[in-house]
Amino acid sequence: MTLAVIGVRNLFGLVVLSGAYSFIMATLLIAMDAVDVGMTEAAVGAGVSTVLLLSALHLARTEEAPGKVFQPVAAILALVTGAALIYGTWGLPLYGDPDGPIHHHVAPYYIEQTPEEMGMPNIVTAVLSSYRGYDTLGETTVIFTAGLGVMMLLRGRRRDGGKPKKGGQRRDDDKKDEA
Amino acid sequence: MKHHLILLVVSKLLIPFLLLFAFYVQMHGDFGPGGGFQAGAIAAAAIVLYTLIFGRRAAEKAVPPRIVEAGIPLGVLVFAGVGVANLLMGGNYLEYNAFNPAHPVEGQHLGIILVEAGVFITVFCTLVTIFNTFARRGR
Repeated sequence: MTLAVIGVRNLFGLVVLSGAYSFIMATLLIAMDAVDVGMTEAAVGAGVSTVLLLSALHLARTEEAPGKVFQPVAAILALVTGAALIYGTWGLPLYGDPDGPIHHHVAPYYIEQTPEEMGMPNIVTAVLSSYRGYDTLGETTVIFTAGLGVMMLLRGRRRDGGKPKKGGQRRDDDKKDEA
Repeated sequence: MKHHLILLVVSKLLIPFLLLFAFYVQMHGDFGPGGGFQAGAIAAAAIVLYTLIFGRRAAEKAVPPRIVEAGIPLGVLVFAGVGVANLLMGGNYLEYNAFNPAHPVEGQHLGIILVEAGVFITVFCTLVTIFNTFARRGR
């Protein structure tokens, strides 16, 4: 799957592939009992962001610009970073290990106190919106900022006389799929 | 989209249930999985689907962009306003117990529902607006 994502030169196919990848990630998250995150991944990752990428493609060309295929510096950087990340995973506790540090910090407090302090069965919601309310407020502000940024970037007056750039070279098949 | 009969019928059937599911995820978030963010994303996906199938004009009639754009800051204001209300009622910022000092659990419930509503408004409105902005740019 990942190799296919790297290999594809057609951006339309790339968007579809990454949507499928998001769906696989969502099922993986659900298999790991993180239903909340899985739901978000399915709705945002596979659904909305695929459509957003498609509508961005609508404004641009669907073929990747031809360039140098192999770039040694980038390849070395990517390999070194990947190796460092894999080396880092050796230090992580095993998945579901009861002695892992995440199970000994504040998690026992939340699990024990949520029924008394919040009176609700879903601890995730209690942590997100009450114990960690500041974090969620910050997240909401980030989303707000993202919306503002897109509006400012795309809604401003065009300098090139109102014609969308490269719009005329759009291929027909993605017009069909999108419209 | 006049030729895609199957898409038209299926999405017409699906969209009400998508919105209903979003509402369920929003309101049932303290018992089942989900919450404001997930519900907002699902509802926005429903609106995006509606726009794709029935066109931008119909969607703008159903969900006016002006109102949606006003919702982006509104959600953050609701969230932050809950904190300010807690301050005014003698608690700390975002300490929902202050809503009902005699029954802290009730206060927590009220606070969480309001905060989740704020998250829902911002997430839904942002996603729909981003999509609208892209769609409008293309024409």
